[in-house]
Amino acid sequence: MDESLIGRRAAAFQVPVERGKVREFARATAARSPAFRDEERPVIPPTWLAAASFWIGPDNHALGGVFDFSRTLHAGQEYVFHGPPPRAGDVLHGQQSVETVFSKDGRRGGRMTFAVLLTEYRNSAGSLVAEVRQTIVETEKAAR
Amino acid sequence: MTARPETRLVPGFALPELVGDPLTRTDFVRYQGASGDMNPLHHDDEVARAAGFSSVYAVGMLQAGVLGSWLADEFGPQNIRRLAVRFHEQAWPGDVITYQAVVREVRDGDRDERVADLELRAVRQTGGHHLTGEATVVLT
Repeated sequence: MDESLIGRRAAAFQVPVERGKVREFARATAARSPAFRDEERPVIPPTWLAAASFWIGPDNHALGGVFDFSRTLHAGQEYVFHGPPPRAGDVLHGQQSVETVFSKDGRRGGRMTFAVLLTEYRNSAGSLVAEVRQTIVETEKAAR
Repeated sequence: MTARPETRLVPGFALPELVGDPLTRTDFVRYQGASGDMNPLHHDDEVARAAGFSSVYAVGMLQAGVLGSWLADEFGPQNIRRLAVRFHEQAWPGDVITYQAVVREVRDGDRDERVADLELRAVRQTGGHHLTGEATVVLT
């Protein structure tokens, strides 16, 4: 992984926001609000877009072919909503790109390379409704 | 959603903590099924030990999800505008995680919304930090 990857963009994909999946995810994250369970079109729990993984294939990963899973850790995650989060019944149009790549020296020696993968989600009208940033870190040696 | 008088939401106000039940492998499996991340390190002890760990460990995004769902419960799911987390120590089966949120600022946000920025933590029973993060929520 290096800075030459910045701006790399993968193929777009669609995510239908489904009521049953919202319910399942709310239960898995110990949500108590009856809204997730009882509403016909419940709003998604804040980290629900993690479940977009079911709609993302190898062509939709901005770092496809560059990733070494044995040396990569998940360092952080961010969800931003431009208004109320999406709700069941919405269809989201997603596209992932490499927002930034940077390196620094690790505390225990060795070089750590960070990458931030940005996935933008738009609604059917083309408005940006959500951004998901995943920060991953690749170490020089195997991650354990 | 808990009705929360806005007068209490001032910088420094700490929400009553959420103390989780001890983490179980069932929690990990349920979350992995829900999210689609089926990494065996989180549910297959043989794989975890072969990778050098003492046992399976929690998917960090499960605790991030619990943090998010807690804030959605507190402020209303439609009022969440941002949630960011960073992963620190791993969490393990049997861990009791305490989730904390402290108001850092109340301000005007986008779209003429009045928002609160929160500082977040998920702390293991050892005192070690599992997650730290921030959130922005709309106040109604």
